[in-house]
Amino acid sequence: MTLYAFYFLSFVAIFSALLVVFSKNPVYSVLYLIITFFAIAGHYILLNAQFLAVVHVIVYAGAIMVLFLYVIMLLNLNEESEPHKNTMVKIAAVFSSGLLLLVLIGSLRGASQLVHKTGGEIGLVQNLGQVLFGEFLFPFEVASILLLAAMVGVVMVGKDEEKNAND
Amino acid sequence: MIAFLTYKGILVLVIFIITLAVAAYSTYAERKVAAFLQDRIGPDRAGPFGLLQPLADGAKFFFKEEIIPNVSNKVLFVLGPCIAMLTALMAGVVIPWGNTVFLGGKEYALQIADLNIGILYVFGVVSIGVYGIMIGGWSSNNKFSLLGAIRASAQMISYEIAMGLSIIALILMTGTLSLREITLQQAGGIGSHWNFWNVVYQPLGFIIFLVCAFAECNRTPFDLPECETELVGGYHTEYSSMKLGLYLFSEYINMFISSAVISTLYFGGFNFPFMNNVGLSHNWITVLGSAFFFGKVVFFIFFFMWIRWTIPRFRYDQLMNLGWKILLPLAIFNIALTGLVSLLFSR
Amino acid sequence: MLTNRSKVVVKKEMNFWERIYLPAILGGIIITIKHLFRRKATVRYPETKRYISDIWRGEHVLKRDEHGAERCTACGLCAVACPAEAITMTAAERKKGEEGLYREEKYASVYEINMLRCIFCGLCEEACPKEAIFLTNRIVTTDYDRESFIYGKDKLVEPVDNRIDVTVRQTQAVQEFKQHKSFSHNR
Repeated sequence: MTLYAFYFLSFVAIFSALLVVFSKNPVYSVLYLIITFFAIAGHYILLNAQFLAVVHVIVYAGAIMVLFLYVIMLLNLNEESEPHKNTMVKIAAVFSSGLLLLVLIGSLRGASQLVHKTGGEIGLVQNLGQVLFGEFLFPFEVASILLLAAMVGVVMVGKDEEKNAND
Repeated sequence: MIAFLTYKGILVLVIFIITLAVAAYSTYAERKVAAFLQDRIGPDRAGPFGLLQPLADGAKFFFKEEIIPNVSNKVLFVLGPCIAMLTALMAGVVIPWGNTVFLGGKEYALQIADLNIGILYVFGVVSIGVYGIMIGGWSSNNKFSLLGAIRASAQMISYEIAMGLSIIALILMTGTLSLREITLQQAGGIGSHWNFWNVVYQPLGFIIFLVCAFAECNRTPFDLPECETELVGGYHTEYSSMKLGLYLFSEYINMFISSAVISTLYFGGFNFPFMNNVGLSHNWITVLGSAFFFGKVVFFIFFFMWIRWTIPRFRYDQLMNLGWKILLPLAIFNIALTGLVSLLFSR
Repeated sequence: MLTNRSKVVVKKEMNFWERIYLPAILGGIIITIKHLFRRKATVRYPETKRYISDIWRGEHVLKRDEHGAERCTACGLCAVACPAEAITMTAAERKKGEEGLYREEKYASVYEINMLRCIFCGLCEEACPKEAIFLTNRIVTTDYDRESFIYGKDKLVEPVDNRIDVTVRQTQAVQEFKQHKSFSHNR
């Protein structure tokens, strides 16, 4: 049962992820990306990590993708208005995403033992909270400061542009 | 296993039917409340007191001509109302509609699924509910619809944050995310156990949550996505027939669910005062508790309507100001206050 | 400043309680909840009808005298008095043998009131020197085309066997008022 669910979710995730890349209309890309996120949330549930699954849905599908969709709808991007990219940019994109893939594969190689080690309950709220605020307290706080800095930076950039527009 | 499935299946079916019935009669109640608050009578022709009005409305929706605009994106145009309705119905799964019932020596909980992350589940469902509006608005290929969709998405995201933060203060207090446990912690009330409802401990959080619930349901004073004076019909301008019906219906279901969530989180859910002193058997207390729960829900639905026919619509910049500059800092302040108080008194 | 009721608009800074809106909202919902228990203004139309006064100004009638002869002499004073210019008429001479039909030598062969133009002010009634035209408490019925709202003599003249009572409009005070020659329309 779990195995079939895993195969089904994996199929959906990979298929819709491919469609994100291949669909011409950016709105479709965003919608397929949302489906991908849901499939990944399903994987979290299979791993007994309901908290992660729900937070994943709330944050990614519910907030970030809404903003993506918002921007794309507002700009009304479509096939005609898509700027033509030159070959160098494309090669650079393939190279950098290939590097990212390598990093991901490298970091996920030992993941299967990790699941067994924690008894598959790492995704529950209590365990996750213990780990986040115990073992990984410092990286957690650093990440939050990073986000705060990014937010302040965005506000500053927005303010500057406004001032220039007024001049 | 089969007994378990039939029990859950019956429960799902019953809650599904109750949700639809409540939503249908909310449309009737909305018109009646509006009429009464304006010194009118409201619909009273279909059946006694107009009680068959929802059936008449439903039948009319089905017989209306269905128009799909030629320039619209047809798949998404149909998908929009489906998602809106689906997400509206999904949130009812984790709400504890009543305590447990003992039947033939077995204990049955009147709740479809007691997830240990109940509140977050509701949030997740609500946060994807906006896609129904966005997809419908965008695929209509109409500027009014698009503006409605954009307003809806910006509004939902802004108010979700304040809503989430107001809930965090509550979670700090209760120490659990399960809606059932939160309800059980409020058990007793006046009587043998001196146990108040959460609204007593979290008045500020309750107000923030209530305001955000209005915004999340797209109800007046925050009904800018379908603001008819500016945007014709907002995101559902192009919709007709039952597709429009689904959008309107999902709004009322959302109202029902958020009333249920408010009752559960802040008003004791299925608990009622003197519940341990009336001297009834467990099953009867449960039945009475469910009745009380629905009473609370009905009151909040009435409150939604009451507010709608009292307060005019906010302007869009006022809406954003309220969300980001007032509710968000207030919610953070509430968290800090709750943390401080619970640290000092270690409740 | 004529009525001494004009208010100078002041946009003063709101204080804290006004700025948090909630007291104002509370006040608002208290006002609306009061209306929930008020007496309702609705009249359930087909079952109950609103009272229409006896001297309500509705559809016109052209009266006959006690012998059944039409009182109207087509003098045209009503048409002149009409502010909406809803009345038109064509005068004709009474032939021999028609004495039972028309009271005077001159009568209106065509008399039309456009009910869409009519504002039911009752000036025609006041202007009439022969007590021929009156407004009644009947309501002009609705229809789908404009032509049917031009009421001719077939609709306006009262039937001989079904007289329309206008005595409430011809009270002593009205009769006396009509005698005053100083008013322009009585001259």
